Amino acid sequence: MSRLSIRNVGKIFPSGRRGVPPTEALKPVSLEIGDNDFITVLGPSGCGKSTLLRLVAGLETPTSGDILLDGAPISGPGADRGVVFQSYTLFPWLTVRENICFGLREKNMSAAQQREISERFIAQVGLRGFENHYPKQLSGGMQQRVAIARALANDPKILLLDEPFGALDNQTRVLMQELLLGIWEQAQKTVMFITHDIDEAIFMASRVVVMSARPGRIKAELPVDFPHPRSYTVKTSPEFMALKARLTEEIRAEAMAADH
Amino acid sequence: MKLLVPVSREKRTLLGVAFFVVFVALWGLITWSGAVPKHFLASPWQTVQSAWDLFATQGFTHDVGMTIWRVVGGFLLAAVIAVPLGIAMGTYKPIEAFFEPFVSFARYLPASAFIPLLILWVGIGEAQKLTVIFIGCFFQLTLMITMIVSATRRDLIEAAYTLGCQDTAAIRRVVLPGAAPEIAEALRQVLGLGWTYIIVAELIGASSGIGHMITDSQALMATDNIIAGIVIIGLVGLISDLAFKKVNQRLFAWSLQR
Repeated sequence: MSRLSIRNVGKIFPSGRRGVPPTEALKPVSLEIGDNDFITVLGPSGCGKSTLLRLVAGLETPTSGDILLDGAPISGPGADRGVVFQSYTLFPWLTVRENICFGLREKNMSAAQQREISERFIAQVGLRGFENHYPKQLSGGMQQRVAIARALANDPKILLLDEPFGALDNQTRVLMQELLLGIWEQAQKTVMFITHDIDEAIFMASRVVVMSARPGRIKAELPVDFPHPRSYTVKTSPEFMALKARLTEEIRAEAMAADH
Repeated sequence: MKLLVPVSREKRTLLGVAFFVVFVALWGLITWSGAVPKHFLASPWQTVQSAWDLFATQGFTHDVGMTIWRVVGGFLLAAVIAVPLGIAMGTYKPIEAFFEPFVSFARYLPASAFIPLLILWVGIGEAQKLTVIFIGCFFQLTLMITMIVSATRRDLIEAAYTLGCQDTAAIRRVVLPGAAPEIAEALRQVLGLGWTYIIVAELIGASSGIGHMITDSQALMATDNIIAGIVIIGLVGLISDLAFKKVNQRLFAWSLQR
């Protein structure tokens, strides 16, 4: 049974001004995400891929269709879907540890339990020694690692990531991908990851979903069968290159369509 | 001097004190040289002497105390209502739409113009003084807090929602702590504003306070007392401002630039 079912979900944003037609961000799309799947959603900018993620997160309501998590329709944001945003969304007045415990505190978990869980995730994202730092004192990559830990600490049914490494430099970005993939290989989580970076999409995914230019719809779904644990060396393999070449063509056509 | 390059702490204090010295020196020069007659402008030394005299023999401590209590009292009354109202207006847009036009209008009403009315309504006692300060502070503060709270980052609220917060928890755990440093800063600025209203409030129907002393001194042409009063208001204002700043820095260390 799939964990997340997206059934004919479409989104139209009203323009808010008279005479201006509403924007169709997402044509009705359907997508099934299985338990422990790692799905990357790849598309050109403005294709509605972030809208799709925000719909699943419950931060937007669909104009049509249903989204089911473990068979139950979602009706708003909730702790069962952890989100990592592209922008840095750590709470600046809280330390690294307090940020990671934010959701646990909301659940009224005991201090001892909070400490134990935060300890585990701080170690997992390699931030030992930074527990009492404030977000401002951390680099962009470290902040996103805390954001991942904060989302995971809540033990969500699905982890949603909206171009979380988009603002990072290339080297940091590659390391972050390896870190996230490592966590997924260990912990087994259902993941939906939005990106416009083809390498990133292939490297981590068990399936790449390609979206078309606006209004977005799902154009192709490609399984990625490289064995786990994957190392960065897979990126230079002929199979990876072939997949990349194919996705490059798909995305290029869409980017051009979006531009005209 | 380079654009926007900060100065060291010591240098900053030194420069700040230096201007006071220059100011007092110029003031001394003007009065000492006889360019301005003594009964128009008392010399710095004479002002210090009168200030001493005021405190030592004329019970001025009581006046200063009364003035401080009026400013702080009126300010606190304004803050107690303006802070929650501003937070409600900043977070809930219909509430803002309801109050904002009126508050924006009321902000331009000069508090001192209400004094004749207030005397009719609440008499010439303490209530009148507190109300003037209240009017002077309240509308300004409400609008400032509304603006601060409106500027809360949406993505932080969304993050809180995805971590399991409902609306009230999001206000308590995200809106409030996020806005707190700037609210404290707004309070500091508006307290300063309160000080500028106190003298007019004390001009009419007061039997104590710095403003009362100044009005009395005017009748006696005692410019030294008037200047001493003004300087003391400045000093008390400066001290309360510095204290406020220190407390804010202590409480909200996270919001300081590093």
